[in-house]
Amino acid sequence: MSPSRGPERASRPALARRPRPPERYADARPGEIIAASPGVAALGALGFAATLFVLVWLAWRGSRDLGYAWQWYRVPHEIFRRVGGGWQAGPLVEGLLVTLGVSLRAMVLALLLGLATAAARLAGTPFLRGLARAHIEIIRGTPLLVQLYLFYFILAPLVGLGRFWTGTLALAVFESVFAAEVMRGAIRSVAPGQWEAARALGLGERTIWRRVILPQTVLPMLPPLAGILVSLIKDSAIVSVISVFDLTNQGRNIISDTFMSFEIWFTVAALYLMMTLSLSTLVNGIERRVRRLRA
Amino acid sequence: MSGRGGESAPDPTAPAIAFERVSKWFGAHAALRGVSLAVAPGERVVVCGPSGSGKSTLIRCVNRLEAHDEGRILVEGIEVDDDPRRVRAIRREVGMVFQSFNLFPHLSVLENCILAPMRVRGMARAEAEELAMSYLARVRIPEQAEKLPHALSGGQQQRVAIARALCMRPRIMLFDEPTSALDPEMIKEVLDVIGELAETGMTMVCVTHEMGFARRLADRMVFMDAGEIVEAGPPERLFRAPEAPRLRDFLAQILRD
Repeated sequence: MSPSRGPERASRPALARRPRPPERYADARPGEIIAASPGVAALGALGFAATLFVLVWLAWRGSRDLGYAWQWYRVPHEIFRRVGGGWQAGPLVEGLLVTLGVSLRAMVLALLLGLATAAARLAGTPFLRGLARAHIEIIRGTPLLVQLYLFYFILAPLVGLGRFWTGTLALAVFESVFAAEVMRGAIRSVAPGQWEAARALGLGERTIWRRVILPQTVLPMLPPLAGILVSLIKDSAIVSVISVFDLTNQGRNIISDTFMSFEIWFTVAALYLMMTLSLSTLVNGIERRVRRLRA
Repeated sequence: MSGRGGESAPDPTAPAIAFERVSKWFGAHAALRGVSLAVAPGERVVVCGPSGSGKSTLIRCVNRLEAHDEGRILVEGIEVDDDPRRVRAIRREVGMVFQSFNLFPHLSVLENCILAPMRVRGMARAEAEELAMSYLARVRIPEQAEKLPHALSGGQQQRVAIARALCMRPRIMLFDEPTSALDPEMIKEVLDVIGELAETGMTMVCVTHEMGFARRLADRMVFMDAGEIVEAGPPERLFRAPEAPRLRDFLAQILRD
């Protein structure tokens, strides 16, 4: 009846009557339908192969022109080394473990903080909503590097926080605002009619959140959240500037000793890729399982 | 007992729904202007009128999906106001069916139906499922119980929505344009179900544009325009001898085809 609700109401019947996509695409997201057309897939593969070829060729030519002496045989030593009778982790594995430690802790913190921020933006008092909004804008609008320095030089000495936790915290706070926006978007994308139907049935607010609203946000939330967590792993490289000995920092140290820039940076990149790919695969698996549960 | 609206237990002898000079604004737009209307227990009222006339707002104020700004609304003697206890007591007794069905898309048909009986009435799952199956049988879709809503046609979804509301065993049912989002060939199956429900003596308030249905089903027809009740009475008389010019215009528009 209200002018503001008018257009929305009018569009509902049209939505309900929208023709279904063809059977074989019934469960697909829009992107998957595009990717499923053979022409687009071929074009994508071709573009990817061409880019890869150009990159490899550039690296090869660059190293030749520099007269670069490849020493790949020395790289395994930086990953695992033989000490006495047994094997010991090399600096790259040590760095990898630190990166994993920072990233996993920061992920948990970022998701919790993100949920709290999203809740404050959606359901809090006007004051809380304003605070959450300002928090999001400030964190999103300033560089992570600057935030890390602020944490390291100002906050850390005040509360006696070590470098490892300073880096973890800065990373968590930075990624949490993006997570908060994703969660808020997913919650708000649940149709208002869902709230109305649940309320009209007499369900309490808690039950409505737990049984009706949140379950509907899981699927739309998963892909963008996975993207944020992947970013978090990559952004964790920044803790090397406050001398946390993560993967990136270890790589730089090895290079200053051995001058194997190409080999070590390629190896470091491959190790990051391993982590991010494992994460995306994991989330894809979860998404598929949730989808199957629904079908 | 003391003070107005203090009561939060339903009184079956009171009017099922009583509007007393109810007004409601959306910003500067008056959606309801001093509407008064009493619906007797067991009465079937059809509300019609042009779009934007306040019909939906009127019934959405009954279970507090919208908050009215002035006047009083009493449901079985319980005042509709900000008190969450009273609002909950009212929502337990008042079922609602929406234009856009609003089934919970992540829950099966059966789970849609048992959620409220279990969570609000504290029913055991087995009992709730038995109840749900009996109502799904009544709306003639027991075989779809395990499916998700999106696998059903619009007409089937709306019948599930009716069954879901009935599972709370409400004494009053509100229908907000229940057939307006349906393809023409599905309207009849939904109207038939609502018609059968009307024969059980349940109190019903239905906003609809289905004039034939209104004529057959309603004890009383209420015509609204611009937030006011312009004319009310037995449907036969309103169709045969409308008094208000606005109602005459409306009927001329609607019955032209």
